[in-house]
Parts: sequence; structure tokens; C-alpha cells
Amino acid sequence: MENNVQSRKQVLLKAEHLVKEFPVGGSRKHPVSVHAVSDVSLELFRGETLALVGESGCGKSTLGRTLIRLLEPTSGKVYFESEEITSMSAEEFGKIRRQMQIIFQDPYASLNPRMNVRSILAEPLTTYGMKDKKELEERVRELMKKVGIPEEFYNRYPHQFSGGQRQRIGIARAIALNPKLIICDEPVSALDVSIQSQVLNLLKDLQQEYGLTYLFISHDLSVVKFIADRVCVMFLGCICEVGPTEELYAHPLHPYTRFLLNAIPKADPRLRSEEKQLLSGEIPSPVNPPSGCRFHTRCPYAKDICASQAPEKKQMGERQVFCHFPME
Amino acid sequence: MSEGTVLDIRNLKSHFFTARGEVPAVDGVSIQVPAGKIIGIVGESGCGKSMTAMSVMGLLRYPGRVVDGTITLEGRDITHLKPRELAKIRGNEISMIFQEPMTSLNPVYQVGRQVQEAILKHQKVGREEAKARVIEMFRAVGIPEPEKRYHSYPHQLSGGLRQRVMIAMAMVCKPKVMIADEPTTALDVTIEAQILRLMKKLCKEQGTSIILITHNMGVVAEICDYVYVMYAGKVMERAETFALFEKTEHPYTKGLLRSIPRLDEKADRLYTIEGVVPNLLHLPKGCSFCTRCSQATERCRQERPALYETEPGHGVRCFQYEGEVKLDGE
Repeated sequence: MENNVQSRKQVLLKAEHLVKEFPVGGSRKHPVSVHAVSDVSLELFRGETLALVGESGCGKSTLGRTLIRLLEPTSGKVYFESEEITSMSAEEFGKIRRQMQIIFQDPYASLNPRMNVRSILAEPLTTYGMKDKKELEERVRELMKKVGIPEEFYNRYPHQFSGGQRQRIGIARAIALNPKLIICDEPVSALDVSIQSQVLNLLKDLQQEYGLTYLFISHDLSVVKFIADRVCVMFLGCICEVGPTEELYAHPLHPYTRFLLNAIPKADPRLRSEEKQLLSGEIPSPVNPPSGCRFHTRCPYAKDICASQAPEKKQMGERQVFCHFPME
Repeated sequence: MSEGTVLDIRNLKSHFFTARGEVPAVDGVSIQVPAGKIIGIVGESGCGKSMTAMSVMGLLRYPGRVVDGTITLEGRDITHLKPRELAKIRGNEISMIFQEPMTSLNPVYQVGRQVQEAILKHQKVGREEAKARVIEMFRAVGIPEPEKRYHSYPHQLSGGLRQRVMIAMAMVCKPKVMIADEPTTALDVTIEAQILRLMKKLCKEQGTSIILITHNMGVVAEICDYVYVMYAGKVMERAETFALFEKTEHPYTKGLLRSIPRLDEKADRLYTIEGVVPNLLHLPKGCSFCTRCSQATERCRQERPALYETEPGHGVRCFQYEGEVKLDGE
């Protein structure tokens, strides 16, 4: 898999110094804002799956949405196929928006309960100009078949489907316009394990068939290990490290990555350990993020410099790490 | 039953009487909880794991009720206690924590006061003494600055701290059994690991038995001593934790374990259990898993298997392991 990515290392999407802040009050003179994404630069290669992982509030969903302009960035630029999309007018952007789609976490909230499967799947197609009724019906049936929804459910409504089936409908809607990029925002978190594996396999099959690029947002590191080619670990709006999945899991460079991997409960009682080192403390507030390295308040290896200076990017082969003292 | 069983659930049946028919949410579940051990009940949504817990706590509400079976707490039958008697036990000898710590705390009272209430309700101590105990308990569950946190309101605390408050509330009267219903599902992994370690520590130090309800096989492997795997209202397999993971017998348990993506191996495809959980209103005539089981035979579709004992303490509800000894009353 890694070889594949290397050989066609074509940048599909690129973010430069992306910042997203949400105002949460304060006065005009002293506005207070949540620093959801702080100065993030990222590249997404064609045909790969890049996973964004991190705990709640680390800004992974905000980043995902800002990248496709579902949220307007506070500052910074995003390039899609080397065209800058952040400064485009709505009209211009509308033309290329069909190239990027999103699958949401909650399959109950993301489908309109008053529309049946047929109209849910036909809506993006008609929006982008497919008028012929026969052609529409054909395409909708084809999409349903692709994601494994039996054709006789053509006229059913969302409440008549199970969670897994609804997520399949969400996926069908996302691929309806043959996009190049799909943002998968926690697509399997709300599903039971036996259903989760079905949906993950489906995502992988579709990627191979259509050469899709995924940005896979998840907090579940075992799921990420299965699906991702590269992983980007985030903490409190900043990137900790980016690297190919296998290497990153085998030798985490950032202390946070190591603690994150350590903390996952493994489905094997022989791997239990009372001594294993756990992170203490809580995640700091993104309204008042710590100075310097954002992780320094929880990091057992922090030194003086970590509190005063934000770490620069260190490039190590294919890997990048933002830490003053990366682990060996 | 055997020595040292604190809570003994026998052939428990809790059904819901709905307009569309009788739903057997819990269908003949037997669980033995030994003193000072952690029991895991694992299964997918709708398998009846939470309803088993609610039945034990006497929290089932219309249209659901316990229709058969007994629940014995330290030799005393608590299956059909009157509300007033049940109130004496709940929060005192048996307590429960829930998945979402925000909705289970009262937002308009200080968290310390809410925990204090449990003491004042069940023990003959003064307010000052009760407050001192709360602060001591807060310290034991790892809440920083317990004197200050006593006066905090739930919204001022993070999810992890709220769950610690819930655990403090559940443990402050030193119960015999604590039921934890998905206690870490809403928490982040690093916080989850802290809470799991805390529960194990309290179990050891105070001798409280814990029933841990979860859908996460990883959590089970991490802290449970015994495991019950449930599916469609029935226990499919029960065993000591190491035995369950090393000698997995039931096709459903095997499927569950194989469908979890693993950290230590690279797979191109995940194993899947085909199909979906059956509707409890229209359960198959035979084994409830037969519609999704790759090894199902004609007999599986016609007859219901019992929980057969394969080794001491290891029970499997599958005809492949049919033997003399049955671990439940069917």
C-alpha cells in the first residue's frame, strides 16, 4: 500500500497555515474565541486515506469541514488540485464543490426523515443537472446496488432502515456525483462492531473502485490502523505528528501519540498491564490554550523550552513531528 | 449457589408488553457475581445488557416488567421488593453509574451535595461528618482539589471529572455491588484508561463487585474477571476472561472478536458477521443467532440450544458443544 502512495504522490488537497477560531463572547475590545484549528498545514495525496485522529475538542472535525469550506477559515489557504479554493467566490466554488463530499457520523441526523431513499439519492444529481427521469432512476438504483441496499427498498424512508443501512445511504449520497475527495467524519462511531466492519469494508472497496481520496476523521485508533495509509495526530488544534500508518504505530515520535496508543484497551487479556504509563490530567481548554507546545501541561517529558516556544516542524523522512524532544 | 456469590441472578426474564406484541428483552439470563470481582456483560445494542441491569436495580418501567426468575443479593430475594424497601438498598448495597455523566447529575445542585445526599439517606451521620466523607471519597477517586470541587456544579466539570463524581456517589456507601452501564463510552481514550484503572483499584481496595456493561471487547479484556456475551436477550457464552479470549467457542463470540480491527496485524479486509440483529418481536424459532451463523444446521433453526458447559465455568449456547451439563434452567 505504501509503495502505491509513493509512486503516485500527487497532491490533491493542500492546506497552508489554516486557522479557524470561533468567537464565544468577550467584549469588542477583548474578544474571546475558541482556537479550534491553529496554524495547520497539511497535504492530502490522490488516492490515499489520511486519518485525522485525536480526542474530542482537538479540532479534527473543524479542520475537516474547513478544508472543504463547509466552514470559512479565519485565515490560511486551501488548495484543491492546485487551485486556491479559499478565495473563490461562491459561484466559482459551486462548480468544483461536487468534487468533495462528506459522510457524517450520525446516520440518524444526517438523512432527511421526510425524504425517501430515491429522493435523497436523486437530489445531488438533479442539483447538478441530471434531468432525464429514466437516467435518474437508473443511477439511483445503481448507487443503491453499489452500497448494498436491496433495490426493493427504493421507496422506503430513513426510519425504516437500521443504523448500518442508513450509513450506507449516506455513503451512496456522497459518491453520487463521482467526487474525488470524501471527508469521512467518524463514519462508523455510532455503529455496532459487527456492522462497523461491514461499513469499513465497503469504504475500502469503493475507494479501490473509484480511486477515491479519503480524509478519515476518527478517535478510534484500531479503526484507523485498518483503513488509513497515513495518520495525522492532533491535540488541541495543532498537529502533533504525521506519518505512514505502520511506522507511526510501531514507533510513535510524539509523546502524545505514544500515550494515545497505550491507552486503547486491547481485545486481549494477556496484554493487560498495571504498570503501563497513563496520561494524567485533563485536556486543557481551547479558549486559553497553553503557551508553547500545547501538550506540555500533560507531557511527563516537558522541559522549560516546551512551555515558552511552540515546536517547529521536524521532517524525518516521510514523517513530520512537532516536538522539541521527539522520542527515539 | 457457590461460596462468596454476592449477587445471584437466576433465569431472569424481563419482557416489554407493547402494542405490537410481547418483547423478550431479557430472556432467561443467569449471572453469578462473586465477591470482589469484575463481571463484564458484553453485546451489541439491543441485546438486553442494559435491561438486565435495570431489572436488577428495579428500574424497569411500564410497559416492561420482570416476568420470571429471581435476583438474590446476599441471600435475600430482591426481585419483587416494595418501592420503599428497594429505596433502602439502592445506592446503599447496590448502586449504578450510567453512560452519560451529564444527564445523570442534577445541574442545579453542587456535586458535593449530591454525593452527600446518598450518605445522609442511608447512614446515621451528621452533615459535617458526611461532608468529610464525601471529600475523602473525592480524593480516593482522584478528583484534584476535592474541597474546592465539592462546591462545583456539574457544568463546571469535564466529562472525566463528572464520571469520577458519579463513581464517588456510587461508591460512597461502600456497596456490595456496583453496576456500571457503559461508564467510559462517552469519554476519550486517555480518560477512559484512567477511569478503568480507577474502577479496578476501588474494586480491589473496597471489595465491591462490579458489573461492567459494555460493547467494547477491549474494555472487557482490560479489567474483567468473568465475561458474559449476550445476544438477543440471551447469554450466548460465559467464561472466565482469559478462557473466553483463548478458547472462544460460540460462533457469535468468534465473529465479534474477529470483526474488531486489530492494532497488531495488518488486514486488507475485516471479517464481518453478515446480516443484522433479529427483531425481538419475530425471533427465529430455534437459536436466535441462526440467521447470521455460518455453521447453522437445520436443527439450529428448529430447536433452541441450552447453555452447555464445556469446561468448569465455561458455558456455550450452541449445539456443537452439546453435553450433559447445562448451566441454565432451560
